[in-house]
Amino acid sequence: MIAIIDYGMGNLRSVSKALEYLGVSYKLCSQGKDLARATKVILPGVGAFGDAMKELRSRGFINPIRELVARKVKLMGVCLGLQLFFEKSEENPGVKGLGIFKGAVRKFRSTNVKIPHMGWNDLKILKKHPLLEGIPSGEYFYFVHSYFGVPSAKGLTLASCKYGRENFAAVLGNGHVFATQFHPEKSQEAGLCILKNFVRW
Amino acid sequence: MFARRIIPCLDIDRGRVVKGVKFVSLKDAGDPVSCAQAYDQQKADELVFLDITASHEKRRTMIDVAEKVAATIFIPFTVGGGINKVQDIRELLATGCDKVSINTSAIKNPKFILEASKRFGSQCIVVAIDAKRETKDRWGVYTHGGRNPAGLDAIQWAKKAAKLGAGEILLTSMDCDGTKDGYDLELTRRVSESVRIPVIASGGAGNLNHLYEAFTAGKADACLAASIFHFGEFTIPETKAFLRAKGIPVRL
Repeated sequence: MIAIIDYGMGNLRSVSKALEYLGVSYKLCSQGKDLARATKVILPGVGAFGDAMKELRSRGFINPIRELVARKVKLMGVCLGLQLFFEKSEENPGVKGLGIFKGAVRKFRSTNVKIPHMGWNDLKILKKHPLLEGIPSGEYFYFVHSYFGVPSAKGLTLASCKYGRENFAAVLGNGHVFATQFHPEKSQEAGLCILKNFVRW
Repeated sequence: MFARRIIPCLDIDRGRVVKGVKFVSLKDAGDPVSCAQAYDQQKADELVFLDITASHEKRRTMIDVAEKVAATIFIPFTVGGGINKVQDIRELLATGCDKVSINTSAIKNPKFILEASKRFGSQCIVVAIDAKRETKDRWGVYTHGGRNPAGLDAIQWAKKAAKLGAGEILLTSMDCDGTKDGYDLELTRRVSESVRIPVIASGGAGNLNHLYEAFTAGKADACLAASIFHFGEFTIPETKAFLRAKGIPVRL
């Protein structure tokens, strides 16, 4: 069963509509205990890091998510979901993230570009991963964010993207956790391809 | 490379597309979902639906439209027109709509921008500004399709909206809208240089060079256009090929 974590933060509906379009069934989970039987989990979200962690905590998601990771259940984070996988964020210093990825989330520092980074940008694929199957370097995806994750370990970055003068990690992942800073559910065929790969993963 | 966005805009009245959309290939040119799909196939970067339905009771139809659009097309889309409560925004976002555009309600109550962006995130709050040149150096903000002056300076208002949490400015020149003589480049540049959030140029596109000018001289982050696309004068791929040949980064 694919579970979508419903914690009141944003783009959940567009993720679920994309799965419906692909003919995939899913369950919306609004309590941590609902995740116990999930075989795959998506953590979507738009909004602020601190608010999101507060919502995850109040709905009892923190430990169940950590348990999923320990059990190597396939987990995918989208946009803010990716950022929550980190230990902390400049957006709300002092708020602890899920700590699945070592490293921190920081704001764009380029002064010559508009913030948020809003629109279509292309990827440079750095490492193979089952979820990036069929996605060549140069493929465009839709981004909306002002912050991005900086992993301590280099090997986690699967694809990078350039905005202003900064190269940032647009896709991160390992054997059982995967995350995109862009919105696959808003990125036409290329985005749907990643979601299909997730379903097959 | 980060792409400049091309955004077709569809006017919706009681759930139907109005203002003469003429897609040759469409069986029902008034059906917003079919129009949205046609633009999706052409690789439009986003879509804007402007609900011009006058009565509140009939607004429900826009929610139905947004539901159907979100179920079949996977590019970001914005709904604007008559949004004046947090509840209106919540209902639209719940359909899978990505952003809402607010105009008069933000002018009447600027705190609405703050409240909405805090609740739903800046990324989904677009503040639409209808501006008209008043002197050589000043553009006034207008409501009700350019009839009523709001007593605000467009550049100052854009700055304030950004400060209150708007994620984007949709800037329409009332002087240029409908003329097909090109965007108001000076207005667009002045606003774009005054805020750190993206600015969408709107009003006046009559040929592809007008979009090029908006991106270069106007420093726009995105261009919105209606009639040049609706009447089939130019397709989105033609537009993007033209812009790319002139050195503007676009997603083909």
